[in-house]
Amino acid sequence: MKVLLSWIEEYVDIDMSIEDLAHRLTLAGLEVEEIRYVGLPLPEGKIEGRSGGHARRETKISGFAWAPEQIVVGAVLEVTPHPDADKLVLCKLDDGEQIHTVLTGAPNLFEYKGKGPLDTPLKVSYAREGATIINAYEPGYQPTILKRKKIRGVESYSMACSERELGISDEHEGIILLDEDAPVGAPLADYLGDAVFDIAITPNTARDANVIGVAREIAALTGARLRYPDLKIPMEGPPLEGRIKIKITDPHLNPRFVFGLIENVKIQPSPYKVQLRLKLAGMRPINSLVDATNYAMLELGEPLHAFDYDVLVGRVDNPSHLPTIITRAAKQDEKLTTLDGIERTLDDFTVLVCDQSGPLALAGVMGGLESEITDKTTHVLLEGAAWNIINTRRTVIAQNLPSEAAYRFSRGVHPAMAPQGVLRGLQLMREWAGGAIAKGLVDEYPLPPKDPTIEISSADVRRWLGIELSPDEIVRILEPLEFECKIVIGDKEQGTNSQSPITSHQPRITIATPPHRLDIGEGVIGKADLMEEIARVYGYDRIPETRMADDLPPQRGNHELEIEEALRDQLVGLGLQEVITHRLTSPEREERILPPGTPLADAPYFTLTNPITPERSVLRRSLLASMLETVERNARIRGRIALFEINPIYLASEGSEMPQEAPRLAIALTGPRAPADWGGADVTPMDFFDLKGIIEATLRGLHLKDIRYEAGEHPSFHPGKCACVLVDNHPIGVMGELHPQVKENYELPETPLLAADFDVSVIINTVPELFDVSPIPGPPPILEDIALIVDEAVPAAEVEALIRQTGGLTVTEVRLFDIYRGEQIGAGKKSLAYSLTYQHPEHTLTDKDAAGLRDKIVKRLERELGAQLRG
Amino acid sequence: MLEKLAEIEQVGLATLAEIADEAALNQWKVTHLGRSSAIMDLFKNMGEVSKEERGAVGREANQVKQALEAALTQKMAALREVALRRSLSQERLDVTLPGRAIPRGRLHPVTQTLREIYRVFADMGFQVYRSREVETDEFNFQLLNFPPHHPAREMQDSFYIQSQEERGDNPILLRTHTSPGQIRAMREYSAENPENPPPVRIILPGMCYRYEQVSARYESQFTQVEGLAVGRNITFSNLKGTLSDFARRMFGQNVRARFRASHFPFTEPSAEMDIECFLCGGEGCAVCKSTGWLEILGCGMVHPTVLKNGGYDPERYTGFAFGMGPERITMLRRKIEDIRYFWANDLRFLEQF
Repeated sequence: MKVLLSWIEEYVDIDMSIEDLAHRLTLAGLEVEEIRYVGLPLPEGKIEGRSGGHARRETKISGFAWAPEQIVVGAVLEVTPHPDADKLVLCKLDDGEQIHTVLTGAPNLFEYKGKGPLDTPLKVSYAREGATIINAYEPGYQPTILKRKKIRGVESYSMACSERELGISDEHEGIILLDEDAPVGAPLADYLGDAVFDIAITPNTARDANVIGVAREIAALTGARLRYPDLKIPMEGPPLEGRIKIKITDPHLNPRFVFGLIENVKIQPSPYKVQLRLKLAGMRPINSLVDATNYAMLELGEPLHAFDYDVLVGRVDNPSHLPTIITRAAKQDEKLTTLDGIERTLDDFTVLVCDQSGPLALAGVMGGLESEITDKTTHVLLEGAAWNIINTRRTVIAQNLPSEAAYRFSRGVHPAMAPQGVLRGLQLMREWAGGAIAKGLVDEYPLPPKDPTIEISSADVRRWLGIELSPDEIVRILEPLEFECKIVIGDKEQGTNSQSPITSHQPRITIATPPHRLDIGEGVIGKADLMEEIARVYGYDRIPETRMADDLPPQRGNHELEIEEALRDQLVGLGLQEVITHRLTSPEREERILPPGTPLADAPYFTLTNPITPERSVLRRSLLASMLETVERNARIRGRIALFEINPIYLASEGSEMPQEAPRLAIALTGPRAPADWGGADVTPMDFFDLKGIIEATLRGLHLKDIRYEAGEHPSFHPGKCACVLVDNHPIGVMGELHPQVKENYELPETPLLAADFDVSVIINTVPELFDVSPIPGPPPILEDIALIVDEAVPAAEVEALIRQTGGLTVTEVRLFDIYRGEQIGAGKKSLAYSLTYQHPEHTLTDKDAAGLRDKIVKRLERELGAQLRG
Repeated sequence: MLEKLAEIEQVGLATLAEIADEAALNQWKVTHLGRSSAIMDLFKNMGEVSKEERGAVGREANQVKQALEAALTQKMAALREVALRRSLSQERLDVTLPGRAIPRGRLHPVTQTLREIYRVFADMGFQVYRSREVETDEFNFQLLNFPPHHPAREMQDSFYIQSQEERGDNPILLRTHTSPGQIRAMREYSAENPENPPPVRIILPGMCYRYEQVSARYESQFTQVEGLAVGRNITFSNLKGTLSDFARRMFGQNVRARFRASHFPFTEPSAEMDIECFLCGGEGCAVCKSTGWLEILGCGMVHPTVLKNGGYDPERYTGFAFGMGPERITMLRRKIEDIRYFWANDLRFLEQF
């Protein structure tokens, strides 16, 4: 919202720099996003006693300054034709010092051409020779210096300026014609200069979306006094009572409705200063009547709506009936043509202002075309009302119709503002368009708001804010915001439920909410609301920083997160890079993890009703899919990729409309085992067992026990190179080499792609809280290598398991160090070479002991697996 | 005899002096101290020496032998020294060659920032509480004092989830902030002792979603860390102290923080915390857009309605809450200009952390 410095200053005195004011407002919750200087000097880079703080500028600033010596108010005394150019005229211009001849092509002076000396000189913004103005013929805001030159034989060195040339607006169709009271020779910046604050209005500061609101805040922050506009206006016309009726059908939709009437107005342009203010505040000047409604709204925050009274009278069928305004909810699909000429189909939450013949306006949002004031209007019926916030809001969204009125009504306007707004509007219309104001207002007010009264004490301030304020100090803070405060010292009974340290002897303050704000709640909510008012006016910066003295809560930890983080640390330690991917995807994207023709599992997706793009329309069901996309994206830039992610997928859960958010671990590896270097690194492509090594190390690192790997089956994996991983007989995940047909679905390098997909919640539940450490054995170990020939089909895990079973505690380590296949041992066979460590925890083993055990092991392997000891 | 001994010694020492390598030295040892060397021969033939002379010759012979042995030891040491010097001077590496490439694992930058945040708050007694990402309107908005159609909802456009049943004002959605966890945590803890619920001191990290066109500045998914402290003795002054401490730990001990009044439906009073720009020291730069300040987090005293909805009596308990964006913090600290880098997972980005 844009507010003007000059306008604020009509209601409160300001004794600090513009930037300091912006700073104070920002800290107090009215964030000044930008200051635009219009004619006033822009500040040099000095702030808060910082010397040479060259670039620092707390608030963004923009604008263009008018040099006071060079850009002044001038008076055009006579307009004469240019001797040699039809499109130019010559002005005899008084700049307060001397008379100049000024050349201009401004079309709005042509009507005065050749009329002789003007009875009323035209006041203009005059730029003297050497002045810096904006070059109207260059894009943007390029400054240019006025230099003496000859145009078509006439010497020109100065200029009467347009708004464009002074950086006010893009208007360059004519020069500015100032109001008659402009003092000739005065610096234009003194007469017209201004600063525009662009303030971010948060939902709780809706009351400040107007000039008075900002002025009130400044008064509270600086201790200055707020002045209100004087609304005692002459009402010379016949009484309004009996000439219009108001019928409110639902007070919740329309708590108040006020009408005033002004008759015999003469529509004309508003004074230039008014037009300028409207423009700088972001509104378009139309005519003196419309401008009056907008001006009053910008000033007081009450949106007004002007009806042509004669149109309303004309719509009444029976001349004996009074025009009657009815407010009600629209019927579904009811139609109304708004003043922008668009026929709108309405919803049942839209509130309408109607008369006996039908709808007239979208309440609080936009007027209808028919009853709008026009150039022919002479009698204006001025509406000020209060509308339901939510209905207004929904209408704005449904009709995509943001307007200044709707902006305010959808944030809340106190009904008490309605008559004030109407009076101010009538006052301005009378001033700018003449006419007589009818006596009295017609006012229907079925539902006044509560305006809560809250009781607080210094103890509340201490409890909430941690500062000590006396009741007097509290009152001094709140009264400038127009809270009505009363200090009570008495023996009111204390609420039984309250344990706050208020005793009956402590003074309390009763605080009544002023009738312009709707943001103060009742009871304890109201207290909190007042705490904010106290804190922000007192100054957040003055509240000390302290450390909490409250009881420390029970320290519960977060087991799941701790395990997840431990898992991350394991994987990072093993050389993998963590990634975090998008969790929104599409079924088509997830289908890529399956060979063509394999349907996705018949489980529901959680689907967005309003996706931004079809590629991100559902919550993912596969972390592997996210992972493969990440590998694909990096495959173009890296040959070796080793990634993991631990994050949830979203699965349907029985009996609930909400998904189960299941944490998963996905791993992907591809490319050489080590990055190629000059020193002969092992650049063999990684295979199944590189991945398995990582998984083994990870699970061991978490001290999981009873881990088993079984040949697994999963559509995404190569059927012969896929394992299911079990911990304590619970499957925790699947790992393997990607199915060649799946790999085809992605743009991936030639090297095998190894991937794993684990259920992290099972891991979390199986990680032991404790693990034992064995003593380092004293007696020396005996090492022995044995090679066993077995059938190709015999899994290595079974051989190892039998060795361990037979060896018992004495065989402390079984390490497979070689696998051999070849003619020597025959087709369909393989030789597995193990290095065994025999070690007894207590006594030293002899070679004989070891040999005995070895024989036992070999015999058992021969018997159960048909193994042969290789000589 | 004695002359012979003198000669043996002289010849031995002279030849030894000329030796320059270990092989020659071994040869010399055989020749001059070996079984058939002159000195050993002499010992062997000691019987031929007259009784009178035997004593003197024996002594002298021993001395010669010892002298030769000592010279040998010395020579050997000298030769080793030379060999060592030579090898040290010859075995020179090009130390500027790159080291062998070791694949290194890293945490995602957001995980790194999250862990830093966890650590700082853990030191102040805050524990991590996580809650679901798919929420209801009730938990994401209504219980947090955003009634239906509240204007503050405009800043948090939601992704909605299709549901089987007509859910009216309580649709399923992706949480727009981690704040619903505040309600879930307070309800969980207050259920333990409804009359006197325990104090709360938690941070709530997690992924959030907003209906935003993705650009360099906005992502449709982002992480957030909220904090919540509730107790019988928690003040706005504590909020300032706690968050200023956090800012100093996170951004440097000299960093100044300031608090501006703001508005959030679930806190009252509300504030935004800015810190003095740590890149330019508050002088004004491109990152702080010349303001000298960086917006870091939103915060405030927990709204009484929210306390009540969590099972904490607002007449007896107060609390503060805050929320921040780990991506934004990472971007400010690392001068990253495009938020899309985080979930694009380009290794050229990730490998810089």
